[in-house]
Amino acid sequence: MEEVKLIGTWPSPFSYRVIWALKLKGIPYEYIEEDLSNKSPMLLQYNPLHKKIPVLVHGGKPICESAVILQYIEDVWPQNPLLPNDPHERAVARFWVQFAENKVPCIWRLFRTTGGEEQEKAKKESMEMLRALEEHGLRDKKFFGGDKIGIADIAFGQVAHWLEMIEDLVGVKLIEAHTFPHLHAWTKNFKQVPIIKENLPDYGEMLMYFKRARDNFLASRGPGM
Amino acid sequence: MFLSVFFFLTGKLREMLPLHINQKLRKKEMGEENKVTLYGMWASPFVRRVKIALKIKGIPYEYVEEDLRNKSQFLLQYNPVHKKVPVLVHNGNPIAESLIILEYINETWKNGPKILPEDPFERAKVRFWADFLQQQFLDSLRSATKSSGEAHEKAMKDVFEKLTVFEEGTEGFFPNGTPHFEGENLGFLDIVLCSLFGSHKVGEEALAMKIIDPERHPLIHSWVTAMNELPVVKETLPPHDKMVSFIQSLRGNSLD
Repeated sequence: MEEVKLIGTWPSPFSYRVIWALKLKGIPYEYIEEDLSNKSPMLLQYNPLHKKIPVLVHGGKPICESAVILQYIEDVWPQNPLLPNDPHERAVARFWVQFAENKVPCIWRLFRTTGGEEQEKAKKESMEMLRALEEHGLRDKKFFGGDKIGIADIAFGQVAHWLEMIEDLVGVKLIEAHTFPHLHAWTKNFKQVPIIKENLPDYGEMLMYFKRARDNFLASRGPGM
Repeated sequence: MFLSVFFFLTGKLREMLPLHINQKLRKKEMGEENKVTLYGMWASPFVRRVKIALKIKGIPYEYVEEDLRNKSQFLLQYNPVHKKVPVLVHNGNPIAESLIILEYINETWKNGPKILPEDPFERAKVRFWADFLQQQFLDSLRSATKSSGEAHEKAMKDVFEKLTVFEEGTEGFFPNGTPHFEGENLGFLDIVLCSLFGSHKVGEEALAMKIIDPERHPLIHSWVTAMNELPVVKETLPPHDKMVSFIQSLRGNSLD
C-alpha cells in the first residue's frame, strides 16, 4: 500500500475528522503536526491554494478539504464503510455532510462574539442549525449513520465535542437534554464509540488553547466591538 | 369461490415477501417505480446542472416549475431543511442539493457517460474545484452583486482573483491545452462550470460588466465556449432576454 501522511494541527476538528476516518478503517498513516503560525514548505507545496490543514498525502499525491478527504478515503478503502450502500441513503448522508460544511461554522461565529446583537444573531443561527439536526437529520436514530457512525457523524464531530468548549467560553448553553433530546444523547453516544473516545483532544487542554485564541482575537479587534 | 381463494392466497403470499420487495411492488403498482421528477425554477443555474446531467444520461423525467415566492407543499415536504430547488425525486425518494444530485445520478444510472471520474484521486480533484466554485467563488460573486460603488469594485476584484485561481488550478486537466468534448461527455466539473458561466453573456449584459474575459481567463473562456456548442447545453439554456430582465430585477432588489 502506498504511504499515507496526514498533515494536521491539534486541536482542529477538521484534522480529527480525517484521523477518525483513517482509524475506523484501520489505515496506517504518518501524522505530521503543522505549526500554522509558521507554515512548512511541505504544506505550502501540497496546499498552495488555501495553505490550510488537513491535507492527506497518499503516494505523494495531496488531497485537501476535509469533506473531500473523507470521500476520497471512502473511495480508496471500502472496508468499514462510512457511506451506506443504497444510493438514496448515500445522497442523504452527503446532504448532511454538505450541511455541516455550510451551517456548522455559525458556532465559530458565536465563539468570536462577546455579547449584544452579534451574539444574539450567532446564537439564533446556531439554534436553528441544531434544530434542523434534531428534527430532520438525527430524528430518532442513535447516529446519523443509523446504528453505527458514518460520514455524517464524523462531519458533525464539532458539535459533539468542540461546541461544549464554545458554550463554556462564551457562556451560553445550546444543547440541553430537554430542548434537543436526540442530539444531546448523540453527543454522548458519539464520544463513547471506542475509536472516537481514544481520539479526542483532552477537554481541559483544548479549553485552554481556545481560550487563549479567543482572548487574542478579541484583543486584536479592539474595544467597543 | 376458487378465484377468491386464489386472490386470498396470493395476497397472503405477498405479505410473506421481505418488506423492501413488498414496498417495491407497491411503488410499481402506484407508478412510482423508476419515476423521476425534477422540481426546479427556470432561471436557476443549479437546476440547469441537473437538467444537463439527466439529458446526458438519457433519463426521462417530469419537470415541475416552482414559484419560489409561493413554494408548493411538495417542495416543502421534499426539502424541509432548505426549501430550495433543485430537488430530484426518484422512486418517491427526494434528493436535494445540485452537486449531491449529480453524484446520485452518477451512482444510480450506470449506462451512458460517467459524470465523475473512476479514479479516486481524479474524483477528489473535481470535487475540490466544484466545491471551490460553489462556496468561495459564489460567495464573492454574491458580495459583488449586492454591493455598489467602491465596495462593488473591491468585490469584483476578488471575483476576478478567484477566477484566476481556478484558471491556474485546472490547467492540468487539459494536457493538450484546449478543452474539447467528445459527443456530450460532460463531467461533474464541466457541468458546474457550464451552469455558472455558460450564460456569462447574459450576466454581462444584465450587469454591464465583463465576467469571463478571454484575455484575462483564456482557459475558462475557451472551456465555456466549447461547451456552449454542445446540443445538450444549448437545449438547457434559458431564454436570453428573459434572463437579462430577471438578473437586472434581482440586482435592483438587492441594492434597495
